[in-house]
Amino acid sequence: MKLTAAFLSTTLVLGLAHAQQRGGEMTVSYKDDVTTLDPAIGYDWQNWPMEKMVFDGLLDYTPGTTTLVPRLAAKLPDVSADGRSYTFTLRSGVKFHNGRGLTASDVKYTLERVIDPKTKSPGQSFFLGIAGAQAFADGKAKEVTGIKVLSPTRVRITLSAPNAAFLNIMAMNFAFIVPREAVAAAKGDFGHKPVGTGPFTMTAWVSGQSLTFKRNPAYFLPALPYLDGVTVKVGTDPSVAYLGLQRGEVDLLGDGIPPAQFLQAKNDPQLKDNIISKTQVNTSYLSINTQMNELKDVRVRQAINHAVDKTKIIRIINGRGEVARGVLPPLMPGYDKTAKGYDYSPDKAKALLKAAGLASGFSTTLYTNSTDPNPRIAQSIQQDLAQVGIKVEIKSQAQGTVIEAAGSRNTAPLVWSGGMAWTQDFPDPSDFYGPILSCGSAVPGGWNWSWYCDKALDAQAAKADAMTRPAQRAARLKMYSAIFKTLNDQAVWVPIFHEVRYMMHSDRLQGTEAEFVDPIHLIGYERLWVKK
Amino acid sequence: MLRFLTARVGQSVLVLLVASLITFSLVFLLPADPARLVAGPSASVATVNSIRHELGLDQGFVVQYGRYLGHLVQGDLGQSYKQQTGVTALIGSRIVPTLQLMLGAVALELLIGLPLGILAALTRGRWPDRVAMVFAFVGVSAPQFWLALTLVYVLAYDLRMFPLGGYGGLSHLFLPALTLGIGGAGWYARVMRSSLLDVLSRDYIRTARAKGVSARGVVLRHALRNAAMPIISMIGLDIGTFMGGVVVVESVFGWPGLGRLVWDAIRVVDIPVIMGVVIFSAALITLGNLLADALQPLIDPRTRFD
Repeated sequence: MKLTAAFLSTTLVLGLAHAQQRGGEMTVSYKDDVTTLDPAIGYDWQNWPMEKMVFDGLLDYTPGTTTLVPRLAAKLPDVSADGRSYTFTLRSGVKFHNGRGLTASDVKYTLERVIDPKTKSPGQSFFLGIAGAQAFADGKAKEVTGIKVLSPTRVRITLSAPNAAFLNIMAMNFAFIVPREAVAAAKGDFGHKPVGTGPFTMTAWVSGQSLTFKRNPAYFLPALPYLDGVTVKVGTDPSVAYLGLQRGEVDLLGDGIPPAQFLQAKNDPQLKDNIISKTQVNTSYLSINTQMNELKDVRVRQAINHAVDKTKIIRIINGRGEVARGVLPPLMPGYDKTAKGYDYSPDKAKALLKAAGLASGFSTTLYTNSTDPNPRIAQSIQQDLAQVGIKVEIKSQAQGTVIEAAGSRNTAPLVWSGGMAWTQDFPDPSDFYGPILSCGSAVPGGWNWSWYCDKALDAQAAKADAMTRPAQRAARLKMYSAIFKTLNDQAVWVPIFHEVRYMMHSDRLQGTEAEFVDPIHLIGYERLWVKK
Repeated sequence: MLRFLTARVGQSVLVLLVASLITFSLVFLLPADPARLVAGPSASVATVNSIRHELGLDQGFVVQYGRYLGHLVQGDLGQSYKQQTGVTALIGSRIVPTLQLMLGAVALELLIGLPLGILAALTRGRWPDRVAMVFAFVGVSAPQFWLALTLVYVLAYDLRMFPLGGYGGLSHLFLPALTLGIGGAGWYARVMRSSLLDVLSRDYIRTARAKGVSARGVVLRHALRNAAMPIISMIGLDIGTFMGGVVVVESVFGWPGLGRLVWDAIRVVDIPVIMGVVIFSAALITLGNLLADALQPLIDPRTRFD
């Protein structure tokens, strides 16, 4: 294990060092403002790669993969025989941007800060499995008893129950280590005055305009980062950013290629080397409320699965998707390569409806976010379902309203998840079950929009999550495959597509798929470089 | 005059109060839970509830609004749910760009609209009139988003006369101000034309002409001053119109103003930011109208108060 860790760590540092040049700066553009760089608070794909510039976690992933490697930890943690205790040893010589050395107390402070309700962290739930975390969150304890500082360089985290995904959770941005004194000094505005141990320091943030990051000269991985600086321009319309890239003012389109220019750019042979694409670890789906009227009947849900033409929907999004055959995306461990899913067959759909006693069809409602292209996708689904006799009324509303309706029992029969597609928080299949398809999430305000609850599946998932030993990994993934097969047979969703993300960069900005479309961090700024 | 102004300031405070009540009610009634949006999709219901409690969203409308007003009178606009930063600071960082954009737009619409209106009135029924009115029609009807992108493509990207976007000096300001100003220029041209035609048909103009005042003198000295009256009121009202337009224009040009701030806030139901910008904008609009009312007597002695 030690050897593997050392090898991976070295690979992480050296990477493809033969090609990269050190120095130079790059500019990336985004349409939306960055809300915060506080890793306990920021929770979207725009924030996360930028937080990763400033902060580090105890663990990380080998770029472009889902393989865990130590980062601020000197090695992967020692795990107790019962799979509940994890002892981390910190890498020595790591300093925060303010010059202070990293200690085990910072780990405890960071995790307790995320769990503390006052922080209002959207990541709190991930860490409530630590022993004593719930009592601390409820204000019944002054500290989280499950986090023990053993020495300045060692910290032990004990869970209330074994959780095979715990190391993935520890590699999330929420667990990036922050220094207590800098949080206090920022007086509630740490999100704009971030201090971490990361490869870059944030040197300027001009509200609504730009953020500037400079190389951290004292970074503990001496080879990183390759760039001297990164400028993030915000508020630029994607079409204008595209023109900026042609003119050499922008090096990377943070929002991807704008839809209006997509086909032109993709078909231009001169731009072939500037466009990088990869299927994301996410699934866009139509959820079917299994508690409502006709949809309670599994045959009706299966009929809907057969009736929807997924390839037509992918055409609507300019081909930027891969047909989904199940809940899990292809890059997620546990993905069943042999699964075929439901084929597009209006005839099979009609036969299933007839068997369900609904030969003449029925009426239902589909909720969708009102931002393009989602209403157009909803219309496509509406047309497909009309073909088999299901009359659909579309409710096209603001995202917050759709979330509210979908999370209220007996309100939204069908929900198109566009704009809210489920994307991995970490590369473990439990992230595609617990938060969105378990009984625990089928509650008012929850994210289980199918309102499907199968206690036997919950028990199976709990059993799988308790299989923490590496030797049990294959069996565990098999168990999750079985869970998702059941969900697919029960047709609780129509999984439609997995997004294919296209990134476009300037001629001078260099990197591989692992840096431009990383499945975990999306953009690996620390490993991008510019050709001089 | 002082009594008039005092009364108008009183009215303005009332307007702000009503605006805050309406906005707060609308956001309160919105079928979307800010706590859930802050908590994110992976949050458990317990986490959402604890965030709701931290934000005070578990209280009734009266308590929430009362508390908001209480803070407001102390000059505290609260803290952004999403950014967890003070709203006053957020608005403070965005006021100047929006004001610059508005001033630029007003200047451009006056510079374009008024001469066009005058030209149209003086050449009534002839081709310059028709051309000016077609311009006014197109300016008023063109969607701002389309206009903005067209101007960027032609003037900034193709001809390289201006930067592609972003915030900076006059060269950065020109295109967004022009986008915002072209629509207004159309209105000003129309109003100026009809107002000038109206004034030119009045008896005192006929008298001036009969007394031998030159055509230029009639227009410059007698007609324009009176025809400008509706324009002054329009500038006051314009600020309200601009607040809607800046959202689109700021988004296309990457102009870091209030429009973009509120747009982002609406998407995530960030109530304190929405409220803060609405109240600030309402204050700006009432101030604009107040200034227009105060300026009117300086130009037209008939509207003076003693």
